[in-house]
Amino acid sequence: MAGIDGSMAHLSDSLFTTAIAVYAVAMVGYTAEYAFGRKGRIARTVPVAARERELVGAGAGPVIAPAAPPSGPPAAPPRRPLAERIGRWSLGITVVGLLLHATSIVVRATAVDAVPWSNMYEFASVAGLVGVLAFVVLLWKAPAIRHLGGFILLPVILLMFLAGTVWYSRATPLVPALQSYWLAIHVTLVSIAEGALMTSAVMTMLYLVKYRYDRRPEGAGRLAVLAARLPSAATLDKAAYRVVAFAFPLYTVAIIAGAIWAEAAWGRYWGWDPKETWAFIVWVIYAGYLHARATAGWKGRMAAWVNLTGFTAIIFNFIVVNVVISGLHSYAGLS
Amino acid sequence: MTVPMRRVLLRPFRVVWRRLTSMRTALILLFLLAVAAVPGSILPQRPLNADKTNAYIAQHGTWGRLLDHLGLYDVFGSVWFAAIYLLLAVSLVGCLIPRIRLHARASVRKPLPAPRNLDRLPESGTFETAATPEQYATAARAALGRRWRVVQRAEPGGAITLSAEKGYSRETGNLLFHVALLAGLVLIAIGQLYKYEGNRIVVQGPDQGFCNTVSQYDTWTPGRLAAEGKVTPAPFCIDALTSFVANYTAGGEPTEFTAKVRYRPTLGAPARDATIRVNEPLRLEGDRVYLISHGFAPRVTVTMPDGTVQHDVQAFVPSDASTLLSEGAFKEQGRPGANQDVGIAGLFAPTPQDTGNGVITSVSPQVNDPVLAIIVYVGNLNFNGLPQSVYSLDTSKMTEVGRANMTVGQTKSFGDGVKVTFGGWVPWVSLQVSHDPTQGWLLVAVVAMVAGLVASLGIRRRRLWLRVRDDLGSGGPTVVEVGGLARSDTGNFSTEFAGLLRRLQDAAGTVRHDAVVGGVPAGKE
Ligand code: HEM
Repeated sequence: MAGIDGSMAHLSDSLFTTAIAVYAVAMVGYTAEYAFGRKGRIARTVPVAARERELVGAGAGPVIAPAAPPSGPPAAPPRRPLAERIGRWSLGITVVGLLLHATSIVVRATAVDAVPWSNMYEFASVAGLVGVLAFVVLLWKAPAIRHLGGFILLPVILLMFLAGTVWYSRATPLVPALQSYWLAIHVTLVSIAEGALMTSAVMTMLYLVKYRYDRRPEGAGRLAVLAARLPSAATLDKAAYRVVAFAFPLYTVAIIAGAIWAEAAWGRYWGWDPKETWAFIVWVIYAGYLHARATAGWKGRMAAWVNLTGFTAIIFNFIVVNVVISGLHSYAGLS
Repeated sequence: MTVPMRRVLLRPFRVVWRRLTSMRTALILLFLLAVAAVPGSILPQRPLNADKTNAYIAQHGTWGRLLDHLGLYDVFGSVWFAAIYLLLAVSLVGCLIPRIRLHARASVRKPLPAPRNLDRLPESGTFETAATPEQYATAARAALGRRWRVVQRAEPGGAITLSAEKGYSRETGNLLFHVALLAGLVLIAIGQLYKYEGNRIVVQGPDQGFCNTVSQYDTWTPGRLAAEGKVTPAPFCIDALTSFVANYTAGGEPTEFTAKVRYRPTLGAPARDATIRVNEPLRLEGDRVYLISHGFAPRVTVTMPDGTVQHDVQAFVPSDASTLLSEGAFKEQGRPGANQDVGIAGLFAPTPQDTGNGVITSVSPQVNDPVLAIIVYVGNLNFNGLPQSVYSLDTSKMTEVGRANMTVGQTKSFGDGVKVTFGGWVPWVSLQVSHDPTQGWLLVAVVAMVAGLVASLGIRRRRLWLRVRDDLGSGGPTVVEVGGLARSDTGNFSTEFAGLLRRLQDAAGTVRHDAVVGGVPAGKE
């Protein structure tokens, strides 16, 4: 295996840092739109039944489809309100960030001559990319949630910041155990699924905020500022579900790919290694979420908490299991 | 009063059964399963690392032993973990049987007749067409296409209704998923009973191979039935490790491990060559051979106190995984009873570095002027005592006669006429042989699971009704009422319905501006 191209690796790092900065700018923009935009007023004045119809990406889940471009209503006035213009600009900036981010990953791949997700830094970078991508695709289907962009970008920026500082690792070639095309399949699927599940978790958190606000608008206090401008609770709930419905089968396939790889690399398809155990826990919790949504008394708020528990388990699996609990998956040498 | 005795006696069981097979119980059992798995990742687990587990218990005293009694060091083999997944499996069976029966019935049943008021449905719309009701019904069926199951009925009042339904495969997929899941659990259980795993170190060179029988393994972990001798291991032999290559980056990171072996797939078969790499096991009929780890086996020539000369090669075990500093021992037997056995405790440093006072360590796993550090003993090796580890010496009945750090080719003399030559080294590899008769079938089951899951989560059940009447026989235009219902995952049904309505309108070539299109029909309130 070839060595490492140092200047390429360096370029990748710079692009990564730039992408963070660009996302941060977009986040500020979305937040401005959220704070001053029209959406809030609509949400407060239009009756529930009508709001229901600006359903979020529920149509076909985050699948790229030739839908209408993410623009405002067709009969928009020639001059859009300032907040809306800021929102549109933010989306553009997000796309620029995505391109920089994706380029950073591709350049790193060229530098190590392998798929670049064999450590926490690289994995976090890919998962963050997918999180933003999931949001942009969701926007394609449902432009109405654009002003929520800040809620997605905040955790992504946090994740990327941690990746770039605490978990950073220099580009290195792959150790033999990772030299398998199953690495590409397994880790790609895991990061896509987990990136998407992050988006779902954000939608669910917003759902819970909105749900509480709807129940007791007067007692909401500070939360009211946030909640009043959110889409309806049902919309958020459905958006969260659609994303899980898309991500859960992917996560399932990812675990299976991992098992197939483990069979080739370690001699058994499953060995209750801590990473495997937590993948199992996460999978079971999301299966629980899907069941909860079909069970009277568990729908809605309870199911939402199950979803958040699932995402907490993902974070635990990513951070605690990698850093604190070691297993076969933290790879040093051959054995 | 007239309730039969049997019913009375069975009632408690029925209640328990109904509880157990309810969705709520399934949900709770799923969470219990998730929670139960947590200690398995946090506490050391005996099947994964027995030494670490014992150390942990020793360190935690009463607490440590209590957790042991609770089975917390073997969570996934414990009774209570098994209890949870067995209950879940029973619940699943109890839940699936009635669902399969219901679904089979629903699959052949015709879609339900149209309700009287279509505008009471969640989505509805009306439009007019110049076509006759019969013409329009035909056109509408064509427009709906094959994805919808459509039944046409005539109502007493002269109207024609179409009942359309789609998305049956959602439930089919869901049932397939759960059945395949159950099948997977059964296959895993069977695999656990019949599997075995053997480990064996093979030093490069002749006469170091092994055959696939229990007695020739260093360690052997069988499943329950394999342990009872109900599984006959496949009769293959790994005759020799012909070469082993390890490559590293300048920084000491490994980039490649490749072992070449000579083997016979069956005892009588001609020998063949195979390459085993980390991600590429040797796959034989029913068994797989893996490259698990590797190390060094130093070669020495020892002149014994009585003047005889012995040649020896011994695998040393790495005591540091990143630098492969390895430890081991040579045990040379002298004449019985003469108290002139020679024991050598050794340390092999592939890339040596002197840490001062002649103490050698290794700084890299790559071999670069290696050094063998030895302590030589003479006396009684205790060969008749308890079985000993091949990697360490029992020096209780021996006396040290000297120590030395040797490079390849060096010969040194010690007390009692003992001479040792460090002749060089050869690599060894640790091979694992695994047998699991059900894993191929398990793969089939999980593929079915995924297919079922995708259908179950991706397909939507929808119902649609059309009532086509020619307006009270007055010769006016034909009126089409459409109502729709989302039976699962409502998603963006309003938009979806609006699209359908448009398609149905286009089907008749209806003039568009006549139509009343909309999700929330006027006058619904
Ligand atoms: C071994 C444990 C189980 C696992 C891992 C599991 C997994 C799943 C998954 C992933 C789904 C999502 C598919 C979908 O929503 O269509 C699902 C749905 C479903 N499961 Fe299970 N399941 C298990 C046990 C059970 C049991 C015991 C029951 C019966 C009480 C059950 C009844 C259902 C039903 C009715 C649905 C359809 C829910 C819906 O309509 O959305 N499952 N299951």
